Amino acid sequence: MRLCSGVLLTLVLLGCTPSAPGNTGVYMLLDTSGTYREELQKAEQIIRYTLSRLDATDTFAVARIDTGSFSEKDIVAKTSFDDRPSAINRQKRLFAEQISLFVSKSDSSPYTDITGGLLQAVEFLNEKGAGRKTILIFSDLKEDLQDGYVRDITFDLDGFEVIALNVTKLRSDNVDPREYLARLEQWQTRVEKSGGEWRVINDLDGLEGLL
Amino acid sequence: MTFLLNITPWPVLSALLWIVLVVTSLYFARPTAHNAIRAAAATLHRTFRLASTGVRKAEGRLAQRNREVLLAAGREAKERIIEREFDRVNETVRKDLANYSALHRALSESINRIESDHQAAVDVPPDPPGWVKAVEAVAKIDSREGRVGIGNVLSDIHKSLVKAHQEAMVAYHEASAMRHSYLRKMRPEWRQIQQTLGQVGKSVDSLLGRSVTIDRHMQDYEDIISGQDRAVSVLSSSSLVYFFVSALVLLVAAGGATINFSLIARPMAEMVGGTSLIGGFRTADIAALVIIMVEISMGLFLMESLRITRLFPVIGALPDKTRVRMIWITFTILLLLATVEAGLAYMREVLLHDELATSALLRGDATDGLTGQYLWITTAAQMGMGFILPFALTFVAIPLETFVHSLRTVLGLAGIGLLRFISLLLRLLGNACRYLGSLVEQLYDLPLFVPLWLESRYGGEAGRSGKRPLREART
Repeated sequence: MRLCSGVLLTLVLLGCTPSAPGNTGVYMLLDTSGTYREELQKAEQIIRYTLSRLDATDTFAVARIDTGSFSEKDIVAKTSFDDRPSAINRQKRLFAEQISLFVSKSDSSPYTDITGGLLQAVEFLNEKGAGRKTILIFSDLKEDLQDGYVRDITFDLDGFEVIALNVTKLRSDNVDPREYLARLEQWQTRVEKSGGEWRVINDLDGLEGLL
Repeated sequence: MTFLLNITPWPVLSALLWIVLVVTSLYFARPTAHNAIRAAAATLHRTFRLASTGVRKAEGRLAQRNREVLLAAGREAKERIIEREFDRVNETVRKDLANYSALHRALSESINRIESDHQAAVDVPPDPPGWVKAVEAVAKIDSREGRVGIGNVLSDIHKSLVKAHQEAMVAYHEASAMRHSYLRKMRPEWRQIQQTLGQVGKSVDSLLGRSVTIDRHMQDYEDIISGQDRAVSVLSSSSLVYFFVSALVLLVAAGGATINFSLIARPMAEMVGGTSLIGGFRTADIAALVIIMVEISMGLFLMESLRITRLFPVIGALPDKTRVRMIWITFTILLLLATVEAGLAYMREVLLHDELATSALLRGDATDGLTGQYLWITTAAQMGMGFILPFALTFVAIPLETFVHSLRTVLGLAGIGLLRFISLLLRLLGNACRYLGSLVEQLYDLPLFVPLWLESRYGGEAGRSGKRPLREART
């Protein structure tokens, strides 16, 4: 009898032992510089799609890219979903409302600090301890730093997937497409050297493989 | 290989030399080799035959055991049926024939009443009319006394005759009316007697029918007790039929349980969380499964307490008072669980609408899923299913009992079949080994055809007699 009780207790304890986290952490960076701000409507669609794909205990944060993006103040909305379905739905609706408000009222920023935003994303997702970490960069990937900002920093992207979304071509890219290709290659090299995976999705109608 | 062919300067000669050497060696070793092959084949043959015999015996024991189990199960089932038949007879006797004395008294009273009414209704012959005496008086008057007054007398007689006739008619009519009233009173009595006798007839017919059924069951029971092959055969086929039928019903019940599970698993996440795991399974799923299992267990106990099934003899043997208490307790728990399930089913619908609304909002769809005015139908249907399914699952106990009982027999039959197959296989292998030994002997002799031919040609009687044992061994 004692043996049976012991075996049962062990099984229950083993069953309750927390396994490796199976949740997803998504951090999305929104470029609000210059004319790219007009693309934010598309970003809102992507955010809504992302919200529909996320589930209990997942984490989602949306932050803007501005002059100095390595700051918590740039986080527009963030949430870690509850494990009760009704609470998750409430959180999703609230998140969508916050994003709608941001898209309608956000200002254009004069500079673009993508690296700072990326650092902030890495820090945020590492802190949340998500099992699968994804950073979405909604930007044309043209970094434009204000004088004095140091962003020549290496970061650890091991276990991260970085997805560039809607990487639009600039006027200068049309004149010399090599600039566009070089820009993409530079970011890919940077991410992959840091241990991360790199993907580009420009066709926003095909978001099925996003998460 | 090269070395072998280089023992002489000519490889062909070397090869020939080797062939001669090998054939000669094989020829001289032939009796020993044949004996070894024969011994090996015989050993394998005997081993397989022995194993086959052992398996056949095990099959026999299993068959005997299965027969005993089958007969015991059949006896128990027949006892239950006969017991139930006797209960029914007892019920019929108690209900219909227990008041037979009252019935008899009622019949006797009715018959007495009819008899007295009949006596009263007897047609009494009318009295002779009074004028006959008057006629006699007139006839006796002598003519000498004068016949003058006869006319007056006759006139009086006529008058009195008419009067008497009228009175007699009135009396007769009154008597007839009285008799008819008696006869009218007799009609309901006749009907009552007819109805009463009809009831008695029905009861007696029912009893006769039951007695025929009991006779039939008793005959089967006697066959089972005496262990007749026919009874075993009937029980075996019945057992197979019960097994498949109960398995089918259990499959249907499993379908019902699955539907029940899907009704409550989702809202369970609202209670115990949607992400926690126990042993790799979601806690919400386990909780839903546990609820269903508890419902099935309660159903089993309820059926046991009602003595519909007999899976747990302890429950059946409980005192009636405790058993009735148990019925009420299990029923109350079932009712509570059914109510909980109905609530969870409602919660599921609410969650589904909430999720649909959120999805519609995220899609940017203005017309969300809450516009349907008939959604209450699905909600009510889900709640109804959530409430009914626990009670429906209660009846799983009946096919489960049949399944468990018939499973023993079916497993026994399957075991017998398997053992029979193994026995046959072993016998086949034994015989195959025996004939394989003969084949190997023949193959051994194949390269020795030259010395064997020479032996048969020039070896004389010794050579020929040397072959005899081999042939004998083969046959």
